[in-house]
Amino acid sequence: MRSVAAYAVQTFAVAAAEVQKLRHDPLELFTRAIQPVLWLMLFGEVMAQVRGVSPGNVRYLDFLSAGILAQSVLFVAIFNGISAIWERDLGVLQRYLVSPAPRAALVIGKALSGAVRALSQAIIVYLLAIFLGVDVDLGPAKIVGAVAVIGLGAGLFSTFSLIIACLVKTRERFMGIGQVLTMPIFFASNAIYPLSLMPAWLRTVSHANPLTYEVDALRAMMLVGGVSDYGLTVDFGILTAAAAVLTVIAARMYARMGF
Amino acid sequence: METSVSPPQVDIRDLTRRFGDLVAVDHVTITIGEGEIFGLIGPNGAGKSTLIRMLTTLLPPSSGTALVAGFDIAGAATGVRRHIGYVPQLLSADGSLTGYENLLLSARLYGIPRHERGERIARALKRMGLTESAGHLVRQYSGGMIRRLEIAQSLLHRPKVLFLDEPTVGLDPAARETVWEHVLDLRNNFRTTMVVTSHHMDEIDQFCDRIALIDHGRIAAVGTPADLKAKAGPGASLDDVFIQLVGPRSDSEAGGGYGDVRRARRAAREHG
Repeated sequence: MRSVAAYAVQTFAVAAAEVQKLRHDPLELFTRAIQPVLWLMLFGEVMAQVRGVSPGNVRYLDFLSAGILAQSVLFVAIFNGISAIWERDLGVLQRYLVSPAPRAALVIGKALSGAVRALSQAIIVYLLAIFLGVDVDLGPAKIVGAVAVIGLGAGLFSTFSLIIACLVKTRERFMGIGQVLTMPIFFASNAIYPLSLMPAWLRTVSHANPLTYEVDALRAMMLVGGVSDYGLTVDFGILTAAAAVLTVIAARMYARMGF
Repeated sequence: METSVSPPQVDIRDLTRRFGDLVAVDHVTITIGEGEIFGLIGPNGAGKSTLIRMLTTLLPPSSGTALVAGFDIAGAATGVRRHIGYVPQLLSADGSLTGYENLLLSARLYGIPRHERGERIARALKRMGLTESAGHLVRQYSGGMIRRLEIAQSLLHRPKVLFLDEPTVGLDPAARETVWEHVLDLRNNFRTTMVVTSHHMDEIDQFCDRIALIDHGRIAAVGTPADLKAKAGPGASLDDVFIQLVGPRSDSEAGGGYGDVRRARRAAREHG
């Protein structure tokens, strides 16, 4: 008989270990902060001059800041799986796999650690957006909502990343595939321009991309007066469903990673 | 072959694992009793690690069965996992965590109740002589300390069977001696059953109750070190037994491959 509490402890154990590692060596968090700074301050300032790039009467920098928030969450999460390859080469993975923890608990723990990393990025993007004069909504309900969206999005893409890690099993191949996947996921979404500017085929692709719904929900949560195009129920529904499906797949593949 | 009076803790029947055309483990049958220290020896690529990976539920068998601590490795993997400890050849302690954090992770993964965790961790640290260094990052530990920590990790949940894959690889003689002292201590105090692989024949000879020599995935000989040496001739050492049964061919011929060598060397380096 397994209780839910035991499951939660095992999930938490994996995430807690990652948080402890970050505490011992937080440099990674700061180096990762460089990218959103560049996107918002260089790309954002220039693109804001282009007419028609932001929808309706939303300022482009406001529009972009939620997109860049989602982007930094994506970039953190998509490389989260490499730790599994690293751990497999060392032998730490084998230690997880010989433990009685359910494989899904281990996978969710990894996703949770991706979410923690992503949230630390989110703080930086929020501060940066405020600094740049974006009308950021700091209401408690909106913050809780943003944390939920970021956690779901990071968990989802971390788990996707873990699946890739289970498939390729070497760091070199993983880095290659990670680079190849990140840009299409990012560009085939509403992160830096609205879907209305896209050709029809790309719009269709973007509608199948979970990042689009993550960005959509983040615009509603992060910006004062921000609205969701698809509705928060749709956004959360799609993100949760995608995360659940990926978790089931990842748990099966992770169990076989000790082969 | 002597029969053990105590109940078997590892009961392997016709266990087989194929990788494509290669038969890595070929109809292996062994029974290991409670409190027994059982050595697995053989050339690289002989199937020792594959056998251990099956017994620790990391790899499903192609055919045959094995009961470990009374649980079927195929049908009751979680039961097996609750009752075994595993110290892999590779580095299983996380270098980016402190010794204490590594033990806490294990305690949580094995579902040790919160109120018992502190005491069990403290006792494990003390037993392995690591109390002083519990707060240091493991990447600052010596090879011998890392091995002791890994043994501590694998003992927190009081396993019935402990698998040690090359526990002394890359260690200096003093650290090797210490690891074996702890192995004997566990057996004598808790009747823990041990399955150990090693390339050091002197260690195997000195510390194992029985050994199996595995070659090409099959058992070439089983018995006490004394029995095997007696069969090999007067004054024979375990090295002589090994060479007689396996032949004088070099390790590299028997396989292993680049990946294994790379991993073994990396592990040896990280432990060194």
